[in-house]
Amino acid sequence: MKLNLKIWRQKNRDSKGKIATYTVKNISKDSSFLEMLDILNNDLLEKGEEPVAFDHDCREGICGMCSLYINGKAHGPDSRVTTCQLHMRKFNDGETIYIEPWRAKALPIIKDLVVDRTAFDRIQQAGGYISVNTSGNTQDANLTPIPKNDADKSFDAATCIGCAACVATCKNSSAMLFVSAKVSQYAMLPQGRVEAKERVINMVKQMDKEGFGNCSNTGACEIECPKGISLENIAKLNREYLSATLSTK
Amino acid sequence: MKKITFAINYRKAKAKYNQDELVEICVRYYFLDKNTSKYKVKNMSTGVKCMLKDWDKDWHKNPERLPILKTDIDYIEKNKKLFELRKRILVDNFQKIDTEDKLFKSSKKLNAKIPNGEINLKWTNHKNNINLVNPANKRNIDIIVVGTGLAGGSASASLAELGYNVKSFCYQDSPRRAHSIAAQGGINAAKNYQNDGDSVHRLFYDTVKGGDYRSREANVYRLAEVSGNIIDQCVAQGVPFAREYGGLLDNRSFGGVLVSRTFYAKGQTGQQLLLGAYSAMNRQIAKGKIQMYNRHEMLELVLVEGKARGIIARNLETGEIKKYSAHAVVIASGGYGNVFYLSTNAMGSNVTASWKIHKKGAYFANPCFTQIHPTCIPRSGDHQSKLTLMSESLRNDGRIWVPKKIEDVKKIRNGDLKPIDIKEEERDYYLERRYPAFGNLVPRDVASRAAKERIDAGFGVNKTGEAVYLDYSSAIKRYGKEKALLIGIKKPSEKEIISLGEEIVEAKYGNLFQMYEKIVDENPYKTPMMIYPAVHYTMGGVWVDYNLMTSIPGCYCIGEANFSDHGANRLGASALMQGLADGYFVLPYTIGDYLADEIRTGPISTDTKEFDEAKKSVEEKIKKLANIKGSKPADYFHIKLGKIMWEYVGMSRNEKGLKTAIKEIKKLRSLFWKELFIPEDIYSMNKELEKAGRVLDFLELGELFALDALNRNESCGGHYREESVEKDGPQKGEAKRDDENYSYVSAWEYMDDPSKSVLHKEHLKFDNIELKQRSYK
Repeated sequence: MKLNLKIWRQKNRDSKGKIATYTVKNISKDSSFLEMLDILNNDLLEKGEEPVAFDHDCREGICGMCSLYINGKAHGPDSRVTTCQLHMRKFNDGETIYIEPWRAKALPIIKDLVVDRTAFDRIQQAGGYISVNTSGNTQDANLTPIPKNDADKSFDAATCIGCAACVATCKNSSAMLFVSAKVSQYAMLPQGRVEAKERVINMVKQMDKEGFGNCSNTGACEIECPKGISLENIAKLNREYLSATLSTK
Repeated sequence: MKKITFAINYRKAKAKYNQDELVEICVRYYFLDKNTSKYKVKNMSTGVKCMLKDWDKDWHKNPERLPILKTDIDYIEKNKKLFELRKRILVDNFQKIDTEDKLFKSSKKLNAKIPNGEINLKWTNHKNNINLVNPANKRNIDIIVVGTGLAGGSASASLAELGYNVKSFCYQDSPRRAHSIAAQGGINAAKNYQNDGDSVHRLFYDTVKGGDYRSREANVYRLAEVSGNIIDQCVAQGVPFAREYGGLLDNRSFGGVLVSRTFYAKGQTGQQLLLGAYSAMNRQIAKGKIQMYNRHEMLELVLVEGKARGIIARNLETGEIKKYSAHAVVIASGGYGNVFYLSTNAMGSNVTASWKIHKKGAYFANPCFTQIHPTCIPRSGDHQSKLTLMSESLRNDGRIWVPKKIEDVKKIRNGDLKPIDIKEEERDYYLERRYPAFGNLVPRDVASRAAKERIDAGFGVNKTGEAVYLDYSSAIKRYGKEKALLIGIKKPSEKEIISLGEEIVEAKYGNLFQMYEKIVDENPYKTPMMIYPAVHYTMGGVWVDYNLMTSIPGCYCIGEANFSDHGANRLGASALMQGLADGYFVLPYTIGDYLADEIRTGPISTDTKEFDEAKKSVEEKIKKLANIKGSKPADYFHIKLGKIMWEYVGMSRNEKGLKTAIKEIKKLRSLFWKELFIPEDIYSMNKELEKAGRVLDFLELGELFALDALNRNESCGGHYREESVEKDGPQKGEAKRDDENYSYVSAWEYMDDPSKSVLHKEHLKFDNIELKQRSYK
């Protein structure tokens, strides 16, 4: 395959970026999208040029590090995959592909296609945990039975990989899907109920402070989420938030 | 062997014997007298006699190793009797003396500090006698933790909870992305919730046996002991493990064991456990007890008066190089499987932190013990950057085969024949053929080697010739028939059976099948999957004592980065267990023993000669790399190194190949120093510079790896030497372990260059487990 690439290049946080054009040849249909970028970078390096910086690590769709906006879609045209799981067979020979970083005020660009997602860490630090110390004498794991349905739903919410595709794809740059996934995971477990109120209030507060937008229920996030995190979690988050604000002093 | 040998029982002066006279042979052994701490010799008569001229006094030098020469008519019978007697002595009373004896001869530089007492009391006694640090003093003590995977993350959180000030480093953009996240299958714990006879001892036994008797007994027992606490802790943290309808935790079984002790969260157990540790870290970051350094890479360890006192790290965003001090340094940076370039590790996984401490004096143990996982998705071409693992659980129901006829293989490769068109009798289910007892469920190392054997013989099925089939058609039919019966269809059609069977298989393995389909673009329900072994986990790592401290005072190593618990082969679902055991339940206690002496040290300044020199050396190294100004990117060398490693130091190793590897790696390293190219802006985000540094460390480690494999002329676990196989008997052709000569940990000390490394041996002592040959026939 031969491809024309239009890629966002930006030297650092403060400089202005622009789209640059590249061509890559002899790309196998079986190679992954990031392997195609590897080949481009290799070509650039052999010419002594600066390669394109992009985040990636596990390359099996679980670490959440890769983050590209490809032809106007977060993680590209395939569904339920991250960029690293996207394969070139989803593109046509001779196609022009636009590759951009996540775009959101709360996720500033560091370089080229690399963005700063520490806002997500700070939201988690605001309450995305259960306050339990490590101890050899916590109660036995089977002391509190948890209905299978609750455990499964909690798990589904917990599979969020924190890639921020939801923010990138949302017209309001809202992080509601991300925040709601964590809030729901704990809200559905008895261990997490104890601090549920403080958690939801603090996490939402931090989310607003970071400059993420509001949710207007378009549902784009759910469609683009590589892990299929359900919009139901946002409803759950709203319910938790409402009841917490009404009952805490 | 020196400690047990054969000798002649002379009754009179040697010279007075004539050559035809009969002499009696005795077994002689040396043992350590506990009272005097001196060696004593004991002779035992055997009743076997021969003529003096038929006695070979240098029998152990003779290639056939026979004490009685072939000139004796009954030499076969007599020798056999001698060896049997020797063996009986070994088993009856020699083993204990022998191992104590060997332990005594472990390198003096290696003190494993294993506590005294019965194995089940060692850890309890040790905890009771360990030094503690007063909570008020903990506030004045800093600890650096490098890596935020299961081991590093859980350690950082637990240490901060105890009151220490933790500085935590990771190269990713968030601690949540460490590669522990990719672990699929599950985590073992001796809870015995299934009432199937599991116990701490059984988990301990399985782990030691699975590791082919090359792990340290006391460490493994402790691991089994704390395994139950891990599950309690994780549930309390809100980790959503799989549950049964009654609301209690579910278990599954895993390869190499006979009980169900694996806890899991679908195929994402590693992710859920890591997010649990990450949430515990977040709580401490919010409190200011953990100072988090994302996108930072450790590039040097700083020693002050022989103690680990800090690190030099590079900010990967700005390129800034800074000094960080602490009272102790913990390395939790994972394994070094990426030395093979293609592995199931993350792209950034590296050996740099471990290698830097090795070069500063920490011994590196058993580098050649690497696990090659049998069920990975094969390489599709030269562009391949990494390999994807598919859970071992697939072997529970799948059958592995290649065509029997080489013509069929050729047709398949050319696309003229489809695997489903090959008749049952034309398929070679080679695992079932070779290992009827365990079949497709043999341990990972055995399954991988069997695949390689078929592929080397020319039966590989992919375009690249590097794949075997994993077939679900029998399982689909079997499940389909069962289900049809269950829902009352008396005479189901073939179509109905398949459709019902596919539903069941989807419920069990759906996510794995989907992953396969996304990558390979074939429907695994309709056509057999192609699999190939890939490098997955490294059992070897930095040498540590019972307290998990390396040979550098104040420098600790935990998780996959250390060597102690998995021996020569790791069982499934044991890596998560070890990472969390080290981080949550072992290190937080044992580090106190060292830090108790540090309460008067006070804050450690970074404005000292040692820190400045370390920083300068890092800066110079980086400049040196940038100034090579060659024409090849770092990946070029990494790919080449991977090819050398896979070819000569991969699944099957021999002396000639290993020597070639050492030579080739040396050559490649000097080429690296001539030909490397990286973009010159080193004070900004420069991913090529990061890669180059890591590749350079791999280029050095690779050589030590091959050297270790060369030294260990036995086959054990994942390490297979072609020279050491069973020559006959029912195990003919299988790997042969050599306990007499290699029952030790090889701990390498760095000296200027990997090839000059000095070997220290820690002899392994097994008081609670009898050493056996593993058999899966």
